[in-house]
Amino acid sequence: MALDENMNSAVQTTPLTAEWRDFIALTKPRVMTLVVFTGLCGLLAAPQSIHPVLAFTAILCIALGAGSAAALNQWYETDLDAQMARTSRRPLPAGRMDRQTALHFGVGLGSFSVLLMGLAVNLLAAGILAVSILFYVLVYTVWLKRRTPQNIVIGGAAGAFPPLIGWAAATGRVELMPALLFALIFLWTPPHFWALSLFIKSDYSKAGIPMLPVVAGLRHTRQQILLYTFPMVAVAVAPWQLGLTGALYGLSAILLSIPFVALAAQISLSHETDPAFMKPERRLFAYSILYLFGLFGMLVADRLCWA
Amino acid sequence: MTPDEEAEIRRRQKSRAIAMALVLAALVILFYAISIAKML
Repeated sequence: MALDENMNSAVQTTPLTAEWRDFIALTKPRVMTLVVFTGLCGLLAAPQSIHPVLAFTAILCIALGAGSAAALNQWYETDLDAQMARTSRRPLPAGRMDRQTALHFGVGLGSFSVLLMGLAVNLLAAGILAVSILFYVLVYTVWLKRRTPQNIVIGGAAGAFPPLIGWAAATGRVELMPALLFALIFLWTPPHFWALSLFIKSDYSKAGIPMLPVVAGLRHTRQQILLYTFPMVAVAVAPWQLGLTGALYGLSAILLSIPFVALAAQISLSHETDPAFMKPERRLFAYSILYLFGLFGMLVADRLCWA
Repeated sequence: MTPDEEAEIRRRQKSRAIAMALVLAALVILFYAISIAKML
């Protein structure tokens, strides 16, 4: 009830029907890029290959599933998005789309993606895709985000599913390698998001979201970023150490991890409180995206060299 | 509702209808390709 009242006060009335561009915006296409890329790399790094049309379908389903989760996330969080500068121009808080349309779009897109994956690819991939959508919407968005500063730690699992789905689509199995890729993204998510939340802390604070810098302070968040970086690097290098990849991936993982650790260490020593001067935090946020693209790209390159 | 608003609604409905037609056409091609791939 309180949520509905917030929605009404936060969102303008919608006199016009939404444009097709607003439906695209509702799927968070920029976030989807990383999801599609890691899913594709999981599929390409698998020891078995599938027909290119089925591979394309699997990646399309991962993209549609991610789009569905993003749409349902925005449907539920319209009141929060309206309060933050970063998200206030999204279709729902800006009043370019009504909430019911977003809900129908999200549910329809998600159901279609899971159904298509199950019918065209395999049931295991469809099952994991369904779990990932439900995890993001129900566990992260509805349950954790407004309640605990550990929201993105546990919720990070939702973004870690794509390589697992890609691998399962190609092989029909879940093995150690995709589990390590899952763990890599799971451990990468906290440093990535906490770096962002350090320099947009006021936005989260204004919206009442209990992000770590808001609840535990800047110093504790900076320490946690460094603490999570070490196991993340260990997992990034693990596939090489366990003999699951070649030296190309292993050495790339080490080289790519050095700037990540250096930036995390620099942040842990910082006492800066003004977001305008939080350059290492901004650099880590930007580099963390490049890091994940680099690691997964080298994983595929390594697999192609082995093949 | 002013004539300008009505014209804008019509324009948006038309662009959404075109987008939907393109999506449906793409799905027809995709389902055909999947059917062929599954038979191989």
